[in-house]
Amino acid sequence: MRQPLTSDLNLNTAAIPNASHTSTDTSAAILKIAIHAVGGQGGGVLANWISDLATSGGYAVQMTSVAGVAQRTGATIYYIEMAQQTDRAPVFALTPSPGDVDILIAAELMEAGRAVVRGFVTPDRTTLIASSHRILAVDEKTQPGDGRADSPLVYKKVKQASHKVVCFDMEAIASRAGSMISASLFGALARSGDLPFATELFEQVIRNSGRGVDASIDAFRGALNYDEGVTLVRFDNPPGLDGGSAKSLVQPVGPARLLDQWQRLTAQIKTMPEPVHHVVTVALQKVVDYQDIAYGQQYLENLQQFVDLETGEDNYELLKTAAKYLANAMCYDDIVRVADLKTRASRNRRLRREQEAGADQIVHVTEYFHPGAQEVCGTLPAGIGRRIEGSPRMYKLLDKLVNKGRRLRTDSASGFLALWIASSLKPIRRKLLRHQVEEKHVQKLIHVSLAAAERSVPLAIEILKCQRLVKGYSDTHARGHSKYQMIIDSLDTIEQQANAVACLSHLRETAVKDESGELLEVEIKALAER
Amino acid sequence: MAERSFHKEVQQLTIEQGETFRGEGILAITKALLENGVGYVAGYQGSPISHLMDVLADAQEILAELGVHFEASASEATAAATLAASVHYPIRGAVTFKSTVGTNVASDALANLASGGVTGGALIIVGEDYGEGSSIMQERSHAFAMKSSIWLLDPRPDLPSIVKAVGDGFKLSEASNSPVMLQVRIRSCHLLGEFTAGQNKRPETTVKDALENPQRDYNRIVLPPSSFLHEQEKVSKRLPAAVDYIRENKLNEFFGPAESRVGIVCQGGMYNAVIRALQRLGLANVCGDSDIALYVLNVTYPLVDDEFLEFANSRASVLVVEEGHPEYIEQALRAMLHKNGSATRLSGKGTFPVAGELTGQVMLDSLRQYLLENAPDLMPPQARSPNAPQPEVDAALAQALPARPPGFCIGCPERPIFAATKMVESELGPHHIASDIGCHLFSINAPFDIGATTMGYGLGPASASAFNDNAANRRSISFLGDGGFWHNGLTSSIGNAVFNNNDGVIIIVDNYYSAATGGQDILSSRASNQSKSTNHTIKEAVQGMGVQWVRQIDRTYDVGKVQATLREALTTEQTGPKVIIASSECMLNRQRRLKPLVAESLSEGKRVARTRFGVDEDICTGDHACIRLSGCPSLSVKTLDDPLRDDPVASIDNNCVGCGNCGEVADAAVLCPSFYQADVISNPGWLERTASQLRARLITALQNRRDKRRLVFDETALDL
Repeated sequence: MRQPLTSDLNLNTAAIPNASHTSTDTSAAILKIAIHAVGGQGGGVLANWISDLATSGGYAVQMTSVAGVAQRTGATIYYIEMAQQTDRAPVFALTPSPGDVDILIAAELMEAGRAVVRGFVTPDRTTLIASSHRILAVDEKTQPGDGRADSPLVYKKVKQASHKVVCFDMEAIASRAGSMISASLFGALARSGDLPFATELFEQVIRNSGRGVDASIDAFRGALNYDEGVTLVRFDNPPGLDGGSAKSLVQPVGPARLLDQWQRLTAQIKTMPEPVHHVVTVALQKVVDYQDIAYGQQYLENLQQFVDLETGEDNYELLKTAAKYLANAMCYDDIVRVADLKTRASRNRRLRREQEAGADQIVHVTEYFHPGAQEVCGTLPAGIGRRIEGSPRMYKLLDKLVNKGRRLRTDSASGFLALWIASSLKPIRRKLLRHQVEEKHVQKLIHVSLAAAERSVPLAIEILKCQRLVKGYSDTHARGHSKYQMIIDSLDTIEQQANAVACLSHLRETAVKDESGELLEVEIKALAER
Repeated sequence: MAERSFHKEVQQLTIEQGETFRGEGILAITKALLENGVGYVAGYQGSPISHLMDVLADAQEILAELGVHFEASASEATAAATLAASVHYPIRGAVTFKSTVGTNVASDALANLASGGVTGGALIIVGEDYGEGSSIMQERSHAFAMKSSIWLLDPRPDLPSIVKAVGDGFKLSEASNSPVMLQVRIRSCHLLGEFTAGQNKRPETTVKDALENPQRDYNRIVLPPSSFLHEQEKVSKRLPAAVDYIRENKLNEFFGPAESRVGIVCQGGMYNAVIRALQRLGLANVCGDSDIALYVLNVTYPLVDDEFLEFANSRASVLVVEEGHPEYIEQALRAMLHKNGSATRLSGKGTFPVAGELTGQVMLDSLRQYLLENAPDLMPPQARSPNAPQPEVDAALAQALPARPPGFCIGCPERPIFAATKMVESELGPHHIASDIGCHLFSINAPFDIGATTMGYGLGPASASAFNDNAANRRSISFLGDGGFWHNGLTSSIGNAVFNNNDGVIIIVDNYYSAATGGQDILSSRASNQSKSTNHTIKEAVQGMGVQWVRQIDRTYDVGKVQATLREALTTEQTGPKVIIASSECMLNRQRRLKPLVAESLSEGKRVARTRFGVDEDICTGDHACIRLSGCPSLSVKTLDDPLRDDPVASIDNNCVGCGNCGEVADAAVLCPSFYQADVISNPGWLERTASQLRARLITALQNRRDKRRLVFDETALDL
């Protein structure tokens, strides 16, 4: 019975002989199954199903679980042992032992990794049934930047560590079926063919359990019949400068006059080296979408300075980097942009889809705003804004007026209109205080990086990448900008270092992870004293 | 209403004699209590025996039919004191709690109970919370048994043995007039197995009988001179009676060949692990028939000298398998050998690690080492020298894995309290923060990293008592849950703070249940409970205790309000304890309560609003500051398919329950405007529908007007 159900399984069986148990190990007659899950995933349901399956299949079975605080989002383990029923009861162990597990079921990729590290998955005998999806741990999510664990590495390692692998995104299968991952894992277990029970018996067990049976059966079959050849295991990786192909495919819709102007803009891209076309197209879209055609033209002119640069070497990387960060710098986050994005029809559609709202359902949308005096000043005509910023008394008064949490119902007429009016400031954005500040920032960025490129293209690339630090709203933006400024101000010091490029890159990465900027300050100081 | 319902499972408690019972350890223990004519049961929840309390609560009708009194005690001390009913009356009683923390709390009553002794069988079922899955400090209950002359059962971890131990415990208790402690380990409590059922029995004497026929025996009351007599009686009468009963009824078991040069003495609870190691070494078969002699101590205190000596004297050496530290059993057995001038060598700690759980690997390694040193000839060649390479841990993989500590659930009402605390600390500077036992202790983990000590259930504010100096310009903050408040906190923490004029701030986290242990009701629970009196407010209790400065917050998700209240408490001129009661229902229990109601409303076509939060991905800049003030499992990050983005953006999955924490935090901490709240209304009324259509028409008109004058790059069209 221990044969795979389908021949096209993506199994890692090559070369490793199934010399699992030493001939002395009498517990080889016992089938040992461990389930590693994250609290709240329904690991208990799966464990109960497997136990019921064993009982209906004429096996003696014992199941244990660990209760307690681990159930609250922590890592949990269930353990099942079964042996063919005889007139005497077998003696079962209550916990899995390293090197002594036949089937390891992991309901999440990192839990599969943890099982491997703990020795519960061994290449001589363990079939690993794992869902490749991720449930991020708190530490991965809280990091500024990208603190997520290296999924491809873990995927590769767990495959190497097991005798046989059934690994794909079982959460997605369950979710599509409107069920829980326990059902698709159960399907994957049937698929492995490692249990001496017919598929019908698996389904019978689900039916007997009573609740949400149809959805569970769907998810079960989804995993059982999943075609690994068609859908490769995918991880949530950043697309890279040449990626995100969907974005470049978006064709604008609008009045003929504007479409015509758009065509003329994109024609300018064609004069640039071919390898940068993709990212420049995406960036140009972003800029035009943010403001207008004229702003797009301004963007291309900014970028042209990098195209015209005579560096004596091919500088696609510099161009791509400039294309990305100039666009990001030009599309700064302000009240107008937020109001614009939140009042679009496309936003409505996305929201309804994300919230799984049906056509006959009404959606009330409440926005959580908390504007500060600084943001309001930035949205005033430059002269007025500056005067208020220059007078502590007026600034304080304004802050008192505006600085409080505001809940806006954007599905209501009044709430929508409020945002609509704010977004109507877009045509005069160039006259607003914030724009003047940001415009100066963009020009400085161009100036500094172009100057650096004359000396070293890699250094210029690293400088442009520092724009990554400047983002967000209110305090977040202020902190990010000050970190950016700290680095730019110490460029002289950095360039004196033996490996200036690596040094700058390191400082930037430090700044990304360092929320307050204190560590960055210390590092820069140390650099200056070196 | 507890988190897990056993209404279906408890039906098994009524199965007929001879039928096969299939279920978890806790349910089997309950069945065994009924089969042994128990007269009353009490206890306090806590892992791993929380579910035993839940089973008993759900089985109240069955218990009542048999004339069995059940009580959810206020604390373990109360539970232990309940056993006083068996002092003068021949009623069998059982209490349960987690150990050692519960036993610590109960020890005053236990010591008094054990001093005077019992007439009816008195059973203390302790969930030994030791080893993987444990949530408390690592200690042994064994010491309590020894110091108080309570006999300790540690049965083999299978249902028939555990069920038998319940009956043995009552009889041993009655035969020796001493309370008996039945120890069940973490996994035994949640062990799914089978046993053959016996007949349920009504108690021979019920609590009603006793109430109507009061008795007292002066000699059983703990006060000199009786207490001096008890001290003698423990060793002169009760201990010998217990030892005789254990020997005569063969409570301890022998397995394997009578003749073998080596032998293993193990705690009953370790039996399966020992057998598994022997199986893997080829020295026992699947059913446990062992080539090595085994002496299994189903009673680990008292030990039966002659039984052990008989086992040991015929062998060259014996190995003692004892989990935990100190090694009380090993010491006692060594003393026996020494006193008897025995030549038998004894191995124990040393071969085994001194402390910690005896996992499968530890057991295998230690047994192999012992046998290699003492009886290598008994081992099959492959077991003697396995010739297998030592498995290596892949360092790169280990490095790559993120830790996954437990944390607050989705929508937990405690999260905003700690978000507010973190924000107040960033305003006023760091404070000394004392934590307590309960879900709120998860604040010590990321992303909050709040709390310095945890000294016991209900002892959070008590553990900040020393930090009371009027000259200091900063106050201490201490936390206390509603469970801990009613367990011990009202007197030990609040009363103490009032009495000593403690100037600190006390935050009582009130989530309507004893949530960490599985959502059992307590005095301040808002639910109406048929058999319990609830709805006693914490605020009134605190005021009754004499606290002048009390603030009640009825919606913890109002982060701004929690923040302002805490700020006020830390800065007010008023002296004496400042108590903030932060109340919102445990989300896990709330969801469990509401889900069926919502489903019912939907099926009836009634109007239902479902709230969830979302993130506008093009507004989120991927800073994750919101997550650093939340840690909610449903608030995660995702990569956008956009080459212009560097950082993954925040994203809320469909498990969101719409508690509002992320929106409130983004507002209170002035983070960003990406969060939105979506209330999806099913089955809206016609008025609502019409109004909505009118609004939508206006909005669409405005949108179309603008879209006619600009270029629209609509990605959502691609996604469809």
